[in-house]
Amino acid sequence: MTRQFIRPFGLIAASALATALAPSGALADSAGITFSEGGKFTAQTGEALYASVCAACHMDKGQGAVGAGYYPALADNENLEAGGYPLYVMLHGLKGMPPVGQMMSDEQVAAVVNYVRTHFGNDYTDEVTAEDVASTR
Amino acid sequence: MLQDTPLAGLSRRNLLSLIGMTAGSAAMYHAMTTLGLARESGYKGPVKLEGDPKGASVLILGAGLAGMTAALELRQAGYNVQILEYNNRAGGRNWTIRGGDTVTELGGATQECEFDDGLYINPGPWRIPYHHNGLLAYCKRLGVRLEPFQQLNHNAFLHSSKAFGGKPQRVRDIKTDLQGHVSELLAKVTQKGQLEGDVTKEDQEMLLEALRSWGALDKDFAYKESLHTSEFRGFEKDPGGGLGAAPVPSKPIDLSDILSSGLWNSLANFALYEFQTTMFEPLGGIDMIGQAFVREVGDLITYNAKVTKIEQDDNGVTAYYEDTQNPGTMQQASADWCICTIPLTILSQIDINVGGPMQAAIEAVPYASSVKVGLQFKRRFWEEDDLIFGGVSYTDLPISQISYPSTDFNTAGKGILLGCYTWNGPNSYEFTSMAPEERVRKAVEYGAQIHPQYKDEFETGVSWAWHRSPFTLGCAGDWTDEMRKEHYDNLCQIDGRIVLAGEHASYIPAWMEGAILSSLDAITRLHQRVMAG
Repeated sequence: MTRQFIRPFGLIAASALATALAPSGALADSAGITFSEGGKFTAQTGEALYASVCAACHMDKGQGAVGAGYYPALADNENLEAGGYPLYVMLHGLKGMPPVGQMMSDEQVAAVVNYVRTHFGNDYTDEVTAEDVASTR
Repeated sequence: MLQDTPLAGLSRRNLLSLIGMTAGSAAMYHAMTTLGLARESGYKGPVKLEGDPKGASVLILGAGLAGMTAALELRQAGYNVQILEYNNRAGGRNWTIRGGDTVTELGGATQECEFDDGLYINPGPWRIPYHHNGLLAYCKRLGVRLEPFQQLNHNAFLHSSKAFGGKPQRVRDIKTDLQGHVSELLAKVTQKGQLEGDVTKEDQEMLLEALRSWGALDKDFAYKESLHTSEFRGFEKDPGGGLGAAPVPSKPIDLSDILSSGLWNSLANFALYEFQTTMFEPLGGIDMIGQAFVREVGDLITYNAKVTKIEQDDNGVTAYYEDTQNPGTMQQASADWCICTIPLTILSQIDINVGGPMQAAIEAVPYASSVKVGLQFKRRFWEEDDLIFGGVSYTDLPISQISYPSTDFNTAGKGILLGCYTWNGPNSYEFTSMAPEERVRKAVEYGAQIHPQYKDEFETGVSWAWHRSPFTLGCAGDWTDEMRKEHYDNLCQIDGRIVLAGEHASYIPAWMEGAILSSLDAITRLHQRVMAG
């Protein structure tokens, strides 16, 4: 299932533009966050994808955050034990969380899921594969 | 000079069929609305809540525009009203950051805005379409002064880092030249008789004339460098006075250069109904709207109230909340009815006993990502050097756009640019992931590719990433058509004694009008329920 993103503020130029132009590599910055070109994330490794995407809400060390609601900590998170769960959430979203995996390839989704499941105090070493991702989309 | 085309002698109906013939049904529809024949606003005039609610009470959760609209109208209709608000201020996303303000985002990063007195940025909503009648009606009623918001500025830039050597192009040039070249091509096809079968002979004549007019073509239906085309795209040297004042025509950009640049893609931002002239903004910041509501209903608001549980039974509704000034202190508020405007990101995490369909709807809607960066500059170089007075420049860089202030035109002194405004897509998440000061640094770095003056003139900046907003956990409801089909009605139905309202319960999410129309609809239905007994 693919969800289509709607843009209530009209057509934002950057993403649509880039579809007409060949991407020519990403722009790295000092914080280790990579700016993508176009509608898909450019970062490839689990670490880089985490820093560029997941950290937006789950924070740099997977600690999560609390306000009027909360972003669950991914650190020491037992819900990550079954790899299929974070994989599904990335592809389909969960409550207010957008399906960010739709802006990634199968390999990227697998990489970042495997990264989170083996970092921040998590030690689930059975890897999910790009094939797992493809069959969950 | 060009003459305005005379319309005398044409009936309105004839005019419409003429427009329909030459410009297609979209133009026809637009023309019809212009002449007052089509379109009915979702706003049906001041809400009428007739009848005595006999002291019925309503608990409103959230003091944003939806919550305060409900409070204002329900109190006036005779209800006992109370509002709980998470923040220590009202307005919600209707919010302005000014010099001296301190803002803290999720994760704890705190910024002190160092803008000069009187300068500000609207991190959330910032512009009002002329057809958002509900919001405009409340602005009028509550005395919120408006000024024009420039969306389209022909002299702003369209920029691609990969086209024209990275040199920004004027909106006017891309728009006029694309229109001119396309008109010339279509005129050629028409003259060759290749539209036979699609367009009648008589209409072809009319079409050619329309193309000549619309595309600034010459007598031979060609679009090329001339004083005539310069009347549209501007001159190499503007006409002046005295000796040596004759104008020098400008040279159109080749069609292939425009097509390969992709810059045409941004023109739609100026054509969309939501962005058409006239747009408005309140003088002094968007939060003038929220503050106007506070003058009416501020006495009803309990601030620093973090709702943790909402419970209803046959007799009423109780909200349990924590006083965030005294962590761990739980309190409760009860009423006969509840209007809940809490964003779905948060409501989906709160224990609330509504039916399955509404609960599923509450959990179904992801929230959009959006980031804004406000930048203060020592002088208004965009006006002084580039003759850009308001409007928006679009770019393929991660900042997506630069918006110029629509206020204090042509004055000396400092000014604020909206130096980055992302909406969904990878760059929005990447900006969100950065520390606030890093966002500002990147916005300055990228913006300098369009305005090199940034390097010398930049002073200080502030940024807001809506996914790090403690009171929303996202920007706005990001509905798809499939989601609406399954969940929208269930979200908006009254469930027992609870009804939801807010931009997320509208077909125009993220717009202030959506919050207000949703609220008016919710209280109208709730009132009917109360009157029905």
